[in-house]
Amino acid sequence: MGDAIIAFLDTWSPIDLVLIAQNFDRFLLGAWVTLQLTFLSLVVGGCIAVPLAIIRAGNNPLLNAPVWAFTYTFRGTPLLVQTYLFYYGLGQFEWIRESFAWGPVLSQAWWCALIAFSLNTAAYTTELLRGAIESTNRGEVEAAKACGFSKRMRLKRIVLPSAFRRALPAYSNEVIFMLHGSVVASTITIQDLLGVGRWLNGRYYLAYEGFITAAVLYLVIVLVISRGFRMWEKNWLQHLYPHDAVKTNPKKGLANFRI
Amino acid sequence: MGAIIEYQGQLLQGTWVTIQLAIFSAMFSVALGLLGAWAKLSKNILAQKTAAGYTTIVRGVPDLVLILLVFYGGQELANQFGSLTGLWDYVEISQFAAGVGTIGVVFGGYMTETFRGAILAIPRGQIEAGVACGMNKYLIFRRIIGPQMVRYALPGFSNNWLVQIKSTALVSVIGLQDVVYNGFVAGRSTRLLFTFMFAVLMVYLVLTAISDFGLRWLDKKYSKGIVRSDDG
Repeated sequence: MGDAIIAFLDTWSPIDLVLIAQNFDRFLLGAWVTLQLTFLSLVVGGCIAVPLAIIRAGNNPLLNAPVWAFTYTFRGTPLLVQTYLFYYGLGQFEWIRESFAWGPVLSQAWWCALIAFSLNTAAYTTELLRGAIESTNRGEVEAAKACGFSKRMRLKRIVLPSAFRRALPAYSNEVIFMLHGSVVASTITIQDLLGVGRWLNGRYYLAYEGFITAAVLYLVIVLVISRGFRMWEKNWLQHLYPHDAVKTNPKKGLANFRI
Repeated sequence: MGAIIEYQGQLLQGTWVTIQLAIFSAMFSVALGLLGAWAKLSKNILAQKTAAGYTTIVRGVPDLVLILLVFYGGQELANQFGSLTGLWDYVEISQFAAGVGTIGVVFGGYMTETFRGAILAIPRGQIEAGVACGMNKYLIFRRIIGPQMVRYALPGFSNNWLVQIKSTALVSVIGLQDVVYNGFVAGRSTRLLFTFMFAVLMVYLVLTAISDFGLRWLDKKYSKGIVRSDDG
């Protein structure tokens, strides 16, 4: 039975499904590397972004200017070039090559990717968090002031909790953007999901199989992530929805209009 | 710095390729976006489903994967098709065409959403008024929807364009001699990769800054006579 299926696929499938199945464990390993890089850079980038966003939303020009320069540079240039700058560029300086961090960290593709990705997502997250902090309801802050909250307390108890919630929809985009951006890792020799696809195509001299498998797996990951975020949003943003939103179908309102 | 001046010809040439790539793919993506928005808002179920599938796939798969698939797979497919039908002998897809095609298709998906949102933002009453005046669909699109759509779509378009310029860097992976590729080659031969990658970074920063400026000017132009609320 199994042989019959394989023989059938061998003759009739336009792409070599058997080969993909044989190497599927490699693809899963690649997906694991992709998820790892994405998740770790989101965590590191998020930790950098929170204090920077507070600075950006504040009005200290001395602190604000360098943070603005950081976010502007990292948001205005391609992630590919940023990654190249770290991976290929740092070796140009002798003092870096002789420092203790060179061998275990800065000469390793994986670490360079992680550093570049973290800084990149930190820049984007800073700006979207800044927007969320700035759109905090004025009355809430005034109420906190009237209750005698210190500035620190206001941030911790009033501003940040609601800002995080408001930033959630935009942040889900950033997560998917980072996942997409992580393909850059395959250009600096890392065997991530796309890296495995490129390896398969190179090894067996194929044109589609590796890329199509990688594409399908990326699509699955993106769909799972966005589904997860939607559930999360429903949980955390319930108070922001109109009260009768559950009953009315939002699509209905638009259905009448067609061009 | 001296090395950059020495290699400025290559860098400028690469920058020009990048600009061309960005502009052509943007034109392609705007065309696809209009088509996609029309399909998504049409009554035709097949068109709706096709457009929905298109935007899901294109926004779910990373652009580099699609670029590689189109460049290597597309060429193979074209040649298999050619030998099967006998229409052509051997074709080679150029890196530039693969880049413009793929980036155009990918951002067409994003533009579809932008234009769809822009069309839906136009108050319905205006379209009803058009119908009441006896205008047909095309006239309504040309006189009422079209001109206002530009204004509503501009913020989304600006965003897409800024991302699109940066995405063109990925085409260097398939060997297109854009600013990243040329900068990398120059950096490798002079052993000054940091210097050259930094110069490339600056090129992109300048391109983004110029576009930012231009788009802001366009935004001002198209929102003439519109009063914005203070807290908006």
